[in-house]
Amino acid sequence: MPTDIGPPDYKTMLPPVIQRNYGKWRYHEILQPGLMVHVGETGDALYTVRAGSPRLLSTDHIREICDIAEKYCNGYLRFTSRNNIEFLTEDKEKVAPLLAELSRKNYPVGGTGHAISNIVHTQGWVHCHTPATDASGPVKALMEEIYEYFVTMKLPNHVRIALACCLNMCGAVHCSDIAILGIHRTVPKPDNTRVPNLCEIPTTVASCPTGAIRGDTKTKTVSVNNDKCMYCGNCYTVCPAMPIADADNDGISIWVGGKVSNARSKPTFSKLAIPYLPNNPPLWPETVAAVKNIIEVYAGNARKHERVGEWIERIGWERFFSLTGIPFTDKHIDDFNMATETFRSTTQFKWR
Amino acid sequence: MAKSDTPLLDQLGGGKWPSFVDDIKQAAKKKPMAEDLLRQLELSYKEKIGHWKHGGIVGVKGYGAGVIGRYSDRPEEFPNVQAFHTLRVNHPTGWFYKTEALRNLCDVWDKHGSGLTNMHGSTGDIILLGTTTDHLQDCFDDLSAKGFDLGGSGSALRTPSACVGPGRCEWACVDSLDICYNVTMSYQDEIHRPMFPYKFKIKVAACPNDCVASIARSDLAIIGTWKGDIPIDQKEVAAYAAAGLDIQREVCDLCPTRCMVYNGKELKIYDEDCTRCMHCINLMPKALRPGGERGATLLIGGKAPIVEGALLSWVIVPFMKLEPPYNELKDLIFKIQDWWSENGRSRERVGELIKRVGMRTFLRAVGLPAVPQMVKAPRTNPYVFFWPEDIKKKEVK
Repeated sequence: MPTDIGPPDYKTMLPPVIQRNYGKWRYHEILQPGLMVHVGETGDALYTVRAGSPRLLSTDHIREICDIAEKYCNGYLRFTSRNNIEFLTEDKEKVAPLLAELSRKNYPVGGTGHAISNIVHTQGWVHCHTPATDASGPVKALMEEIYEYFVTMKLPNHVRIALACCLNMCGAVHCSDIAILGIHRTVPKPDNTRVPNLCEIPTTVASCPTGAIRGDTKTKTVSVNNDKCMYCGNCYTVCPAMPIADADNDGISIWVGGKVSNARSKPTFSKLAIPYLPNNPPLWPETVAAVKNIIEVYAGNARKHERVGEWIERIGWERFFSLTGIPFTDKHIDDFNMATETFRSTTQFKWR
Repeated sequence: MAKSDTPLLDQLGGGKWPSFVDDIKQAAKKKPMAEDLLRQLELSYKEKIGHWKHGGIVGVKGYGAGVIGRYSDRPEEFPNVQAFHTLRVNHPTGWFYKTEALRNLCDVWDKHGSGLTNMHGSTGDIILLGTTTDHLQDCFDDLSAKGFDLGGSGSALRTPSACVGPGRCEWACVDSLDICYNVTMSYQDEIHRPMFPYKFKIKVAACPNDCVASIARSDLAIIGTWKGDIPIDQKEVAAYAAAGLDIQREVCDLCPTRCMVYNGKELKIYDEDCTRCMHCINLMPKALRPGGERGATLLIGGKAPIVEGALLSWVIVPFMKLEPPYNELKDLIFKIQDWWSENGRSRERVGELIKRVGMRTFLRAVGLPAVPQMVKAPRTNPYVFFWPEDIKKKEVK
């Protein structure tokens, strides 16, 4: 077979209405949660119906999605960067029956405007070798609980939630309104009978952000300075003989206030809200309750158009902690390389 | 009724939100692999720990990327997932599909793998979850016959991705889809044969809303922007006001530069103060739009925490015209990757290298001028380096 043919040309995947109006769209409107219309300079209209998906899809589920797209959209659809399915049609008459069929088949329609869209997430226990928690499970448990925010548009602004099952952050959750991050809390245990065969010592030493790993190039073994280790697990990624998973101590941390867009305020990192919640499968009740609490406090307090981070920035972190009832601990105070930038050097602060 | 093998996962089946457990069960009806995946996952739920081992080196002929090796650490218990490798398949740019293409993918994957996918992975690829080593080459060949190719993995150029752009968005300032596709096709070698110090990600967003999170998630972010005034349709402004939009409070007061004035009838924008944050345009798409000359801002260095901490990309080119064949962009990408390959340590991202050796060194290496748009503020410390040519040499008499 030929190599390097690259992906199929996207132009062959575009519905005719897009080909006619490519680069000539005039405006769009959200007609109802999950339904948008884009209008071109020609006056052509494109209707988009957005539906949630578990991201992990069986081929038969994809075929069902194809059946729906063929019935109502001449076989055209797309996926969004947050793993939603978008059905695309220029035929207004098809919209209502499409919505009805999606409702019959239990597809949640929404995720537009001031809503909670699908949760971007990683593989977790389904397919990853370094996870500190599962990904699909906590996401499903949480979406079940905050479903109403997907199918309505009643929040101050949209809330982007993401989950990564370890600090590698394949899901790059570090700029989300609310990030759910799997963490380890105990040091890796090098198996020095296997290290010499499995691991390259300089690479393993260099993999540690805090310089906690010492290598012995003669015996080709490593040791960990437990006081310096913050359990990121990066050494295990490069050296499989340093297992770090710990069923009793791995769990979840919650981060808030990040965003990726340049709208109004700058792209921003999420900041630590809750350092640790236990892994409690299959329903992760502590994590679900914690995220729901943050969403509800935000929904009840933020001004219209404020993202979670913009709201916290306005009221101050001291008030965020008092409003949400989340305890502030010494773990919230940074001690990595840019730590001092987050310390307060003014007498201006709020009491609560 | 038979007792379920998966009582914990069963609790995540059904419900209002679509369940991944239902999808695995659906695949398990046909595929013993999917069934063993479900059973192994149940064990993880019971023990609160993962059961996958590090991948060995597996792949397809001529490629060093695109396949992630994965093995169960309980092969006796779950023999059908003893090997459960992932294929990353480069998605059509913008994630647009005709169902025919999706059906082809499903047929190939039913023939060769577990019948489970991710639509899509975090970087954008179609993820085909789980097959055995002996199926990899045949699966690749069948995918190739249907017009699909693998994406990047390891220390390669990762599959570039783009927002929907001119395909369906009135705010597109550059053709994000075409740029992404062009770059993807130009760098097939770099995607398929890892040759860099570490991964390199490129994402293209057609406007500053950055719907592909390029500043947060890519080493090179290409973001559409404009130079010029925002055209205003005063009739549509009035229509938004009549429809209940509080233009003073919701638009003008939230403008980060306060460059807008509304007198209850007309909106005025002091465009020289506008930083193109999109807020007003987002709220009034019928009345306002990006105006004037279109191009892109380029930023470098974004990444997640490992190893030296997370970085958001930094501006390196405030404005670049982007039209096919995008030679100026590709020249710069080449220079960046060349410098990074020459100077980067193993597993050092380009942002970390710039942090280590200094932005001035990077700028000089790739031939970009220093401009104020690159910084929030000039330095506050006096630890300033000078180049040899800055220094007056003593005349030797």
